Amino acid sequence: MAQWIPRLIDGLIITMQATLLGFALAVAVSFVVGLGSRIRVLRPVFRIYVEVFRGTSALVQLFYFFYVLPLLGVHLTPLVAGVTALGLNFGAYGSEVVRGAIEAVPRGQHEAALALNMPRWLAMYRVILPQAIRTMVPPFGNILVDLMKATALLSMISVGDLAFVGKQVLQSEGSAVGAYIPVMLMYFLFAVVLGRAVRGAERLASRGLGEVTA
Amino acid sequence: MRVDLDYAVRVLPTLLRGAVTTLQATLGGMALALVLGLAFVLLLRSQNKWVSRPTRAVLEFVRGTPLLIQLFFLFYVLPEWGIRLGALGTGIFALGLHYSTYIAEVYRAGIESVPKGQWEASTALSFSRVDTWRRVVLPQAVITVLPMLGNYLVAMFKDTPLLATITVIEMLGAGLSAAASSYRYFEVFTLIGLIFLAMSLPAGALVRWLEAFNKRYA
Repeated sequence: MAQWIPRLIDGLIITMQATLLGFALAVAVSFVVGLGSRIRVLRPVFRIYVEVFRGTSALVQLFYFFYVLPLLGVHLTPLVAGVTALGLNFGAYGSEVVRGAIEAVPRGQHEAALALNMPRWLAMYRVILPQAIRTMVPPFGNILVDLMKATALLSMISVGDLAFVGKQVLQSEGSAVGAYIPVMLMYFLFAVVLGRAVRGAERLASRGLGEVTA
Repeated sequence: MRVDLDYAVRVLPTLLRGAVTTLQATLGGMALALVLGLAFVLLLRSQNKWVSRPTRAVLEFVRGTPLLIQLFFLFYVLPEWGIRLGALGTGIFALGLHYSTYIAEVYRAGIESVPKGQWEASTALSFSRVDTWRRVVLPQAVITVLPMLGNYLVAMFKDTPLLATITVIEMLGAGLSAAASSYRYFEVFTLIGLIFLAMSLPAGALVRWLEAFNKRYA
């Protein structure tokens, strides 16, 4: 068993890379779509994107990126295809978080910015977003942990992540307990670390807010 | 690439047969998750910390590890322990177990959403413990948690394709084996996506209706 430890660590590193890259893409997509939905002409396109990616299975989306895109002449490495699929999938959920958080900022804030003659983008940047981001942090924390767990799906398209190494250990050692207990523990530790990071981010985001007690 | 509509029409019945298995897995998994979730929330609310703390640890562990790994683990370990559920049975068990840890939290939130005054009023009216739960607390809690349970039902539905990895011929499994010989991945996966949308969009609309209903009458 001991000879597998370096391989498991390599797998964990790929899981970490996929998680962080996927989350970075998901956050970027969330803001583009969440903010873009406020522009009337773009709204239907973004609506369709959100409904399609939230309405279908992440594994099916992953296979779509892996099997169908090459037929359309788009060739991605498995890791890139996987990270893109996860980023777009979780971005669809995240864009609803962004949209909801912006709508939750009291109307008076929009009106005050208007009364001060701020252009819309400046009001968004200086007034609305700084308040909205505080409410976005906890749901984005959930998305981060969910996305981390979903990276295990990448093993189905031959990415050598932790789940993939687990399967290799199972096949050569023949013991599911020996293969998957260490793998589960590594995922769990990573989830705990991410959970800590999220709570730190929540404290940071609520700093200087009198009414928020965390 | 040319889209082969004839092939799409021919493969559709295969996919729809898979969709029946998908629905069986979803409903079976949800039924199990609702029952296990109740068991977990009762253990979680126990006054004895030797019961509540290990329960919390188990819930956190199941929630902190991927469903796919749990699925493989159960698929290979259960037979070693002499428990033979078959592929679909194992899949339902894994889905039910995974989601029960989330549903336990939903129940907890629902129970805590019933104001303290309702408990006190029940005591003042000398309701028995059973009557307090049955006539006062649960009817109010169920209404609040219904949309959340609906969300998890839809989420579980979208996780059922994972069962294809343990040889269950649900929608994705049926599609993969059809596409492996025809190599028509575009038609197969597009159809699977459309069938998913056809079922999850109405379900999502129902959940939003329940939320709106709650907001109006809660």
